This record gives sequence, C-alpha cells and structure tokens, in this order.
Amino acid sequence: MTMAENEWSIKARDLKRVYRRGSEEIPALDGVTLGIAKGEFVCFVGSSGSGKTTLVNLLGCLDNPTSGELELAGRTVFGSGKPLGERELTRVRREIFGYVFQNFHLIPTLTVEENVALPLAFYRKPGAEAEVERLLKMLGMGHRRHHLPGQISGGEMQRVAIARALVNRPEILLADEPTGNLDSKRAGEIGEVLQELNRSAGLTVVLVTHNPELAMLGGRRIEMRDGRAFEN
Amino acid sequence: MITPFEIAYKNLLRKKVRSLLTLVGIMLSTWVLVSLFGFNRGYEAALNRDIENMGYQIMVMAKGCPYEAATMMLQGGKGLRYMEQSVVRDITKEPEVDRVTPILMQAYFDPNKGESGGIAGFYGVDAGSYPAMKPFFRFRKGGWFKDNAADEVVMGYEAAELEQREVGDFTIVPEKNVKLKVVGILERTGSQDDGTTFVPLKTLQRIAQTDQITTVGVKVKKDADLNSLESKLYQLKDVQVVSFSQVKQTIMKLVSTARVMVFSIAVVALLIAMVGVVNTVLMSVLERRQEIGILKTMGAMPAHIFLLVWTETLILCSLGGAAGICLALVFSRLTDMLARSILPYAPSGGLVAIDLKLSLLSLAIIVVVGLLSGLYPAWQAGRIRPLESIRGE
Repeated sequence: MTMAENEWSIKARDLKRVYRRGSEEIPALDGVTLGIAKGEFVCFVGSSGSGKTTLVNLLGCLDNPTSGELELAGRTVFGSGKPLGERELTRVRREIFGYVFQNFHLIPTLTVEENVALPLAFYRKPGAEAEVERLLKMLGMGHRRHHLPGQISGGEMQRVAIARALVNRPEILLADEPTGNLDSKRAGEIGEVLQELNRSAGLTVVLVTHNPELAMLGGRRIEMRDGRAFEN
Repeated sequence: MITPFEIAYKNLLRKKVRSLLTLVGIMLSTWVLVSLFGFNRGYEAALNRDIENMGYQIMVMAKGCPYEAATMMLQGGKGLRYMEQSVVRDITKEPEVDRVTPILMQAYFDPNKGESGGIAGFYGVDAGSYPAMKPFFRFRKGGWFKDNAADEVVMGYEAAELEQREVGDFTIVPEKNVKLKVVGILERTGSQDDGTTFVPLKTLQRIAQTDQITTVGVKVKKDADLNSLESKLYQLKDVQVVSFSQVKQTIMKLVSTARVMVFSIAVVALLIAMVGVVNTVLMSVLERRQEIGILKTMGAMPAHIFLLVWTETLILCSLGGAAGICLALVFSRLTDMLARSILPYAPSGGLVAIDLKLSLLSLAIIVVVGLLSGLYPAWQAGRIRPLESIRGE
C-alpha cells in the first residue's frame, strides 16, 4: 500500500463483525484488511456464509463493524471508537456509494425515468438532474423512459437500477449479486455495463457474485472463506 | 424531477382497492361529521328564525295551559285555554311593552285534508296590530283584511297551494261550514305561517262563538328587561307567561339528547375510519420494508421516509374528507328529512346548514386526526434500517 492517501477509495484494517444470538457469539468477519484504489474493479467471491456480504455491508456503510477501521475516500468512517448512527451512515452512503442489489426494487407505479430520478427526491448533488437523461441514454433505456417496470425485461430493470444508483454520481458502485435474478445472456450484458462504467467513467466497482464468469471481469478477485479475505 | 408528494400519491395507486376502501371510510365519517356540525348550527338558526318570525318575544296565555303548549303553538297545534280580551289593555300599560296583539287560535278537523283528513289551523288576528308585528310578510297577491269583522281570510303560501285557492276565491271553515273570501296570499316564509289561514279576530270569535282569546303576543321594547316584564306579567290574573327564550331552551334540551347520540355516532365513525387509515398505511409500510430500506441506501433520511408515509395519510384524509363534504352537501336534504323524523320538534326551514367555513373546519379536523393516526406507521417506516431490508432479500 504505497499509494497516496487520496488515491484510495476504500481502506479497511482488521475489520471484524461478530453477531450475537443470546449468549452465543457468531464471528462473521474475522479481521479483514484490504485496500481498493480509485477506479478499481474488485470482485468478491465465496460460498454462502463465507462473509462476503457481511464485508460488503461494512464497506458500504450499511452496518457497523464490531471492531476495526474503515476509511472511505480519505475519510475515516469507522475506527474512532464510537459506532455511527443511522443518520451519519446515511450521509456517508449518499455521498460516496451507489448500490445495486439482486432484486431491482424499482417502484412499480413510477416510470423508468421517475425510478432513475428517485434518489434526487431526497438528496441531490449539484447538476445531478442532467444525469438522468445521460444515464438513460448511456444504458440504452432512453426509448423506455415512459414505461413502467412491469413493462420491461429483467435485464432492463437492472439497467434502470444501475442508472438509479449512479444518478448522484457516486464514487463507488457497490453491486451485490446484481445478476442473481437474470439468465446468463442478460447477466453477461449487465457485466459488460459494469465493466464499461469502470473503464469509461473511472468508477470504482465492488462486485459480489456467485457467477464465475462475472467474477473474471474485475481487475482483482478476492475470495472470502470463513470470514477472511484471500487474494489471488 | 419527481417530488416526494408524487411518490406518495403513486404509491397509493399500487393497491387501488385498499386505498379506495380507506377513502370510502374517511368519506363516510366526514359525511357524518359535516352533517352533524351542519345540523348543530342549522337547527339553532332555524329555531331562532321561527321565533323571530313570530314577531313577538313573549306569549301570554291562560293559566293552566301546559308549558309545552308554546311548542304546540309553534307547530300549529291545539288544546289551548281561553282568557278575557281585557288582558290586552293590562299588558299594554307596562312600560317595557312595545306592541301587543290579541290572537285567537282555532283548529278544526278537515276531512278533505290529506288522505284521512287533518287539522286545519286558523289564526284570528287583529287587523290593526297583527300586520305591524309581521312587517316582513310579503304578499304573493292581495293584502291584509282591513275590517276585524269581515268574512275574509289571508292564506299562507302552502295553505293556498294545498287548497288551490287564489285571491277572490272562497274557502270553507271545516266543522263550522262558514264561507270566507280569500283577500290575500302570502309569499313563502319558510315558517309555520305558510300553512296557516289568518282570519279577522272578531270573525273567528263569531265562528267559534266566543269573545275570548287564546294568546296575546307581546313585542318588547329594544333593550327592555325581559325578566322584569315577565315578573310583572305574572302578577296578572289567571295568565301564564311564556317567553320564547324559555321555549328555545326547552326545545334545545329535548334536542340535545338526539345531538349527543348523533355526536357519539360521528366520533365512533371517525375512530373506525382512522383505524382504517392506520391499518392501510401500516400494511403498506410492512409490505414495502425492503423498498424503504433501498430508499435509505439512496440517501433518504428517517425524516424523509416519515414525511413520505405521512404524506400518504395526508392524501388519503384530504381526498376522503373533501369527498365526504361533497356527499354531505349533496345529501343535506336527506339528512334534513332524517333529522326531522327522529327529533321531538323540528323548526321550519333547513335544519342542516353547511357553509364553506364549516366545510373547511371539518376538513381540518379530519386531516389533523388522520395525521395523528398516521404518526405510528410513519414513525415505524422511518426506523427501518437498510441492512434489515437487504437481509430480507
């Protein structure tokens, strides 16, 4: 890790997450240390229960670690000792991340265009309005802007979800099993979209996947086993 | 760009039937509420109007006459006792008195009235003093009789309509079979006067074979002490005094029972509607847990989610409330009829008075109560954490 501080998107040191069920302690993440540089495309792979989703939840500020440190875009998020509250986590998330999940979670009564613009109803970075149009065109959904989610295919729905995640120009795109609900052809198309976003826009992409073909897309591949990260 | 209001509105369209049923619940309870408020205001106004249209504030009647007789008189009833006409002179002496008018009321059974006959009311009134008590009377045709002994009548609007009489026609006094000429027909007043036939006092006394009267109407001078006058009038021999403020109080007491009952129904209806609102919005929140979590990953703060869900409640209550007000306006006549059928006494004219101010007040109540009901679901929604929703996948 010899890069300058401002070249890191994510820096994690000895991240641990222990879940408690009654008096029983279940370690889900057992001291992960890693760094993801700006503009990198990193794939997390591993079997169910390996800790990859737990790790990505921590990296994406969806959860607080039990211990360890986390820096996002040069800003210490975890590690000051006090866990962040929901408001603080939300502030960090909306500044830095765009999220894509297995289920598209589009609002069925809103059009494609309205779904993409949805985050702007709550938070708007300067000039973000123009992104709606640009992203719709870039992701090939311009001609579907007035359609409802029920009128488009699964692959198109995921494209809309990606556009929605990018509308506030995040630094990091966090995609958790984005092709889990798609056939192999559509999954391949979504993989290409992610790769293109990484290459052309310099977007940092963190991808969690079971799909071995998709896992080959990233520049780095990190395998999770028993709550630990192993890099090839 | 889409606004939180549009998001909330479009969300309600997801489960159209559920939203519609909730709206209907709110609409019906608003209808009850607005009608109740309208009745509350309208009834008292109608009663005041009726009393004002009497033209006098105090009635002096023969002693022993039941207190409720005043109510019966308002309704054009019968069964009153008689007193000497000389009492008019004694009353006039009092300094508080502005004007007095002697009245003889008679009621005869008319077999031709309605399907199985009915009571026809005749007011024997003084041609000199009575018209001055009723300066607001307007004639559709003709005018007052000038002679207290003339065989003439003035008919109220409905009485003339019912008997199909015009000025110049004759009308018969039932039971007595006396022919009287119609010299005037009144415009509609909206009071019991519409169904009354006015006869010159001496003529009716002749027909009834009496030289007595049933009532003296007393108009009190402006700013005079009503209580003091009442006490003085009670000193007169064999009379009792009924002031219309007393009558109004008695009627309002009788009506208050019905008002309490209707008010209770309105409160229950409102509560049921609001439970419906809580149910609808809470169900909607529970169904959208994952989606709300995703909204939070997009940058929505707990307050954003709270307001989004609260806006749904606001939309439901505003639309339901507005529809309920429209319903209350459209069916105010039906409510009027219903109220008349259950009330011990209903004054003439509209009983349900709904205006813009009252409509806005009712809408505000519905919206405020609705928003209070929506607090819990909105608070629950605001507390949803994105991680929980993603785990739910």
